[in-house]
Amino acid sequence: MSVPVLSCRGLRKVFGGHVVLDDLDLDVAEHEVVALIGASGSGKSTLLRCVNLLEEIDDGTIGLDGEHITDPRTDPDLVRRRIGIVFQSYNLFPHLRVLDNITLAPVRVHRRDRAEAEAQARELLARVGLAEKAGDYPDRLSGGQQQRVAIVRALVNSPRLLLLDEVTSALDPELVGEVLTMIRDLKADGMTMVLATHEMGFAREVADRVCFLDGGRVIEDGPPEQVLGEPTQPRTRQFLRRIIEAGRLQVG
Amino acid sequence: MKLTDHHPSPIARERAGYRKRQTVRSVLVAAASTGVLGTLLVLAVTGSPGWERVRQSFLDPRIGREALPEILTGLWLNVRLLFFCALGALALGLLVAVLRTLRGPVFFPVRALAAGYTYTFRGLPLIIVIYVLTLGVPGLRLQGMPPVLILGGIALVLTYGGYLAEVFRAGIESIHPSQLAAARSLGLTYRQTMRHVVLPQAVRRVAPPLLNDVVALQKDVGLVSLAGPIDAVRAAQIATAESFNYTPYIVAGVLFVLLAIPLIAVTDWVTLRAARRQAAR
Ligand SMILES: Nc1ncnc2c1ncn2[C@@H]1O[C@H](COP(=O)(O)OP(=O)(O)O)[C@@H](O)[C@H]1O
Ligand SMILES: [Mg+2]
Repeated sequence: MSVPVLSCRGLRKVFGGHVVLDDLDLDVAEHEVVALIGASGSGKSTLLRCVNLLEEIDDGTIGLDGEHITDPRTDPDLVRRRIGIVFQSYNLFPHLRVLDNITLAPVRVHRRDRAEAEAQARELLARVGLAEKAGDYPDRLSGGQQQRVAIVRALVNSPRLLLLDEVTSALDPELVGEVLTMIRDLKADGMTMVLATHEMGFAREVADRVCFLDGGRVIEDGPPEQVLGEPTQPRTRQFLRRIIEAGRLQVG
Repeated sequence: MKLTDHHPSPIARERAGYRKRQTVRSVLVAAASTGVLGTLLVLAVTGSPGWERVRQSFLDPRIGREALPEILTGLWLNVRLLFFCALGALALGLLVAVLRTLRGPVFFPVRALAAGYTYTFRGLPLIIVIYVLTLGVPGLRLQGMPPVLILGGIALVLTYGGYLAEVFRAGIESIHPSQLAAARSLGLTYRQTMRHVVLPQAVRRVAPPLLNDVVALQKDVGLVSLAGPIDAVRAAQIATAESFNYTPYIVAGVLFVLLAIPLIAVTDWVTLRAARRQAAR
């Protein structure tokens, strides 16, 4: 374990006078899966968007493999090619077929041979059981299928780090499983991931660490059994109690 | 069970039969009411006291036939102007719309220029632009001045480019920011995002209003005749002045409508398709 893949130090992000991230620290080691939990509006999405340089931070530093990517002299486009992100609402390109959604970045950004990129895309699609959807437009697919395509699209760039922002929140309950299975397989392949989630059961199963975000910081950070089972912070306990009341986490 | 194995139940067959009878009935009713209305209209017009006079001065077949070649020659000019001006205005409009989306202080002058252009040319009456370009500009007596027809075409492109730029811009702004975020997150540069993600969706979305403006342009290209070139309407005007009969105008009008029909049909088809795609979501 040498340099962490992701290393956030003293992150601060303000939206119009409202401090969303406040002196936040977070390290993610290679092959590690970190689950971000926290109330709605606690800044999970904001943190992921900052890491992917979709938002500009107001203070602190973000390191990717030890390189300061928040240095204004780095080219954000180059950094983003090493980080994949998947959004809650899939954000597939509706005017492109599934295959073209996936090959757009490899062909246009990485200048790879189209035939080769398509072959790889088809293989990835086949692995998640979507081989026959390659020629369809996204609006012909179910939510779960669209989200799996979005994950494939992020993976085809071979990112060092994959960010998943509540990727199952927009899905019907019976479609959640197929997406979670895919993430489980990614963990088995050793992908380094940070995932914001409301699926506490899944966080417990797949995450190496769970981080609880509150007041713009990570106020509790540890193995899932500890953070979800016997949290030390009153705020965490309060949050988990509400989650249990809402029926999203089995006790015990 | 296969699709073909299915035998409709008596209720389904009864429903289908009822719908079919209803359809036949509607067609018959539509035909009858159209026939009655048409007959009444023809009787009212031809039975009016002034009908003979109007028919002689607006619908004289001989005069119409004599004026036709001149009008067709003029119409060919309209068609060529429409083709090149539509292409030019679409290209200019798209360029200006994209320039207006550029962010950053470096592009401030470009943005300001593009915004100033759309404000000016959307406000300026086309006739004035044509006069300034075809009468004013040649007055500069510069070397290599293009002919009046080209200058008139430039006037049309400038004016319609202003309208089309706003249509394109509305389309670009209608694309949800999450599409940009998705594209940028994949490592696409701003240019690549515009080219491969934003513009293809934006253009599809505004295709109906764009085509509508092209239909409007088709009627306005004739205004270059103010500067001398003879288009279909001007040819009809000349023929009318010679024969003291208005039939050439009717001939030109019918030809314009015939010319517009395919364009309008394409517009309707594109609009319908866009609406269907929207509904499918
Ligand atoms: N682009 C933005 N402009 C202004 N406020 C924002 C923006 N994005 C997020 N916020 C605010 O930041 C806070 C954190 O939001 P978010 O990161 O989406 O939380 P979470 O993902 O944990 O639900 C919220 O109060 C939200 O209103
Ligand atoms: Mg969120």
